[in-house]
Amino acid sequence: MARIIDRRFDSKNKSAVNRQRFLRRFKKQIRRAVNDAINGRSIRDLDNGEKISIPARDLGEPQFQHGRGGVWEQVFSGNDQFRSGDTINRPPTGGGSGSGKGKASKDGEGEDDFVFHLSREEFLDIFFDDLALPNLVRTQLARITDYRSQRAGYSTDGSPANINIIRSMRGALGRRLALGSPFHKQLRELQKALEESIEKLGEDHDDTKALRAEIAALRARIEAIPFIDSFDLRYNNRIRVPKPTTQALMFCIMDVSGSMDEEKKSTAKRFFMLLYLFLTRNYEHIEVVFIRHHTTAKEVDEDEFFHSRESGGTVVSSALTLMQDLIAERYTGGNWNIYGAQASDGDNWDNDSPICREVLGKHILPWCQYFAYIEITPGEPQNLWREYEKLVESHPNFAMQRIEEPSQIYPVFRELFKKSLA
Amino acid sequence: MKRRAPRKKEMLPDSSEWTFEAIDRYQEEIARVAEHYRLDTYPIQIEIITTEQMMDAYASVGMPVNYHHWSFGKHFLATEKGYKRGQMGLAYEIVINSNPCIAYLMEENTLPMQALVIAHAAYGHNSFFKGNYLFQTWTNADAIVDYLIFARNFITRCEERYGEEEVEQLLDSCHALMNLGVDRYRRPQKLSLAKEQMRQREREEYLQSQVNELWRTLPHMDTRQQRSGERNFPPEPEENLLYFIEKHAPLLEPWQREVVRIVRKVAQYFFPQRQTQVMNEGWATFWHYTILNHLYDEGLLADSVMLEFLQSHTNVVYQPEYNKRWYNGINPYALGFAMWQDIKRICEAPTDEDRAWFPEIAGTAWRDTFDFAMKNFKDESFIAQFLSPKLIRDFRFFAVLDDEGEDRLQVSAIHDESGYRKVREILSEQYNLGAREPNIQVWNVDLRGDRSITLRHQPYRQRPLGDSADEVMKHFARLWGFTVRLESVEDDGSIELLQEARIEKRHAGIPESSLD
Repeated sequence: MARIIDRRFDSKNKSAVNRQRFLRRFKKQIRRAVNDAINGRSIRDLDNGEKISIPARDLGEPQFQHGRGGVWEQVFSGNDQFRSGDTINRPPTGGGSGSGKGKASKDGEGEDDFVFHLSREEFLDIFFDDLALPNLVRTQLARITDYRSQRAGYSTDGSPANINIIRSMRGALGRRLALGSPFHKQLRELQKALEESIEKLGEDHDDTKALRAEIAALRARIEAIPFIDSFDLRYNNRIRVPKPTTQALMFCIMDVSGSMDEEKKSTAKRFFMLLYLFLTRNYEHIEVVFIRHHTTAKEVDEDEFFHSRESGGTVVSSALTLMQDLIAERYTGGNWNIYGAQASDGDNWDNDSPICREVLGKHILPWCQYFAYIEITPGEPQNLWREYEKLVESHPNFAMQRIEEPSQIYPVFRELFKKSLA
Repeated sequence: MKRRAPRKKEMLPDSSEWTFEAIDRYQEEIARVAEHYRLDTYPIQIEIITTEQMMDAYASVGMPVNYHHWSFGKHFLATEKGYKRGQMGLAYEIVINSNPCIAYLMEENTLPMQALVIAHAAYGHNSFFKGNYLFQTWTNADAIVDYLIFARNFITRCEERYGEEEVEQLLDSCHALMNLGVDRYRRPQKLSLAKEQMRQREREEYLQSQVNELWRTLPHMDTRQQRSGERNFPPEPEENLLYFIEKHAPLLEPWQREVVRIVRKVAQYFFPQRQTQVMNEGWATFWHYTILNHLYDEGLLADSVMLEFLQSHTNVVYQPEYNKRWYNGINPYALGFAMWQDIKRICEAPTDEDRAWFPEIAGTAWRDTFDFAMKNFKDESFIAQFLSPKLIRDFRFFAVLDDEGEDRLQVSAIHDESGYRKVREILSEQYNLGAREPNIQVWNVDLRGDRSITLRHQPYRQRPLGDSADEVMKHFARLWGFTVRLESVEDDGSIELLQEARIEKRHAGIPESSLD
């Protein structure tokens, strides 16, 4: 009367819709949490989901319930000391008393944060939302690296189309030899005995006949060894390997003079993240070099890059010169695809800006796949902007953009994405 | 160890990994034993599912299909987090009160666990669903899956037509009133997909006309007469708030009424489960214990299987003492299992005390007594009827009185001669739904005035309403469309106004800011 059904393979993710609804409803809180998370994570760390926590009180589902107070009379188990009529001090909240317990658990829940895990896709989706990326670019970025399949020896199972005939036949031959060899040995002996028997006893003797019969039986057994068995089959084995891509080098250059406040740095960080994300889709191995500068430039690690503060004037060319030197020193030989990303608030020492244009145009852009510059400022364009503008015409691999908020970052990369999508 | 009967059949598989053949053999043997014990069940459909599907099922309150709502997503995320961090295990099974009865088994269970679950859910719970009067009265196992499909499709259509947010807000408000959206005394109509679809449109038109009729009366100018006329609508207080809204809320569109109705029907479907937890879990536990022991005695179960089964069983029926850190109230599995075992004992080997306390069942055929008890009781009455002094002693039950007005708690009864009845009464009261949930009813609608509605809360033993009441009131106001008042009836009979949720604009619904 009972039916047993295997449901394991159908309708996964039944709750996906409900999950999406949940994320949509609490988008505001989740976005805030994602923003905090971005500030906390490394720009290279974009392939993981994120633990998100939002205040539980925001997502309560109210019901009419009894509150604390009034008269509660409850039964407990395991009496070890009480007699009827005993009085007990009211235990602190959360103790054994009925009303106390109800309250404690409810309050406890109310103060907790609701913690859950965003998947990588959901995380990127919110991240992209912030940057106002077009959909086509989104899908392209969120895609996992392409694989190509490659031959890797032979395996014992696979689809019929992949049977390797030579290997299979070779295996079958070996098996036939191995299984047949004792019989062949016996056969040789019997044949020898038969010859002797014919010679000595003649063709019609019973012994001779018996030997002939035995030989026939043995031949039949040898015949019975299958010519080919499923055991012999060998299949071409293919494995998926990531598409071979060359390595990329990404320079992050940021102005850390006094005028770059935390908010501007946070915007700059998104700018770097986006470039990094783009590069991870196209290159297997990416090295990131962080250069920070005020009046002098210095190569630093990521933590220091974003978090330590300096003040003072600004000489942008110092960073560009350092970049130029590093390329010459470490990354020559055409093995690297070099990308540059520069973020600044546009302040520069007046006489330095022409030098910047010179260094960038002559010594850096020729080596770069792409160089993107963002000026994070609400005000008038500064002299550095004007100088850089002169480069845009002659260098298709150079892009610049003035931005106030993260959603304006994308246009800097428009050319870059256009190229790779084409 | 008991002596085994001579071996007639081959022993059931004892590996820890399950296979479909193994499950099939177990299920056949369990079915044979269940029949031997005269368990009457719906046909059984056992479905093997993955962990993720189990979490999906959790999220949609254990139903195979359900409409979409963010709160189910929230439950899914919470379950997933708890499970992945190892804070909680998933239940071994979920069983659905439908015909055929669907039992989910998780693929991660070992074979002995699968056997336990089949006996527990597919035979224990299943026969309870089929036999108990509450399920017979309130739910219709034949139609529930069809009805849920109808509900999901209907709500999806509404979302396409009126927008997801609109529907979501409506569902939020309905969910807030879900617990008070059940008929406790009236018998509900049977559900059926065909009938439901056929009558849904009809109902739309009819309901709308009803409502309009109600409000068509032009306001009477003579207010004095109205005051003396006392309250006139509803003629009797209405306990089912969602029902009242569905039938009488003035501003709801027909599709909105239908959504209210769907939530109400789902609430009604789960209503019996909330009232029979001890009985139902105890019953299922009793049967998996009895069936597997029977198989073992027949020599069909290997010792290793039996040991694993007993270990799980012991964990399930563990009742910690009140002063243990992990004490979390009374374990319904422990209490229920002990009570059914105890009833069997009273039938088979009554003591003098049992004869004095339970003259009507002592010494009767236990299987018949079981059927009678299973069919005709709910937790509250089951405990009041069958909890024996022996069990009260075994559990060492004691009752504590916590009166807000007193400084100290008082032990009001313990497991002694003078306390048995009191303990039993208090424990039974603990399972009384009326005591567990606030009693709030629709008292009056100001038909001739501002159309405001008044709800009355009848406090149970002076317990006040919890904090979330004001949120619920806003939801109620959103559905009603006009001002909602909540009054409380004090002990001395005086009426106190607790809350008022005002709605000023007619079609605006509730202002967003006040709901955040």
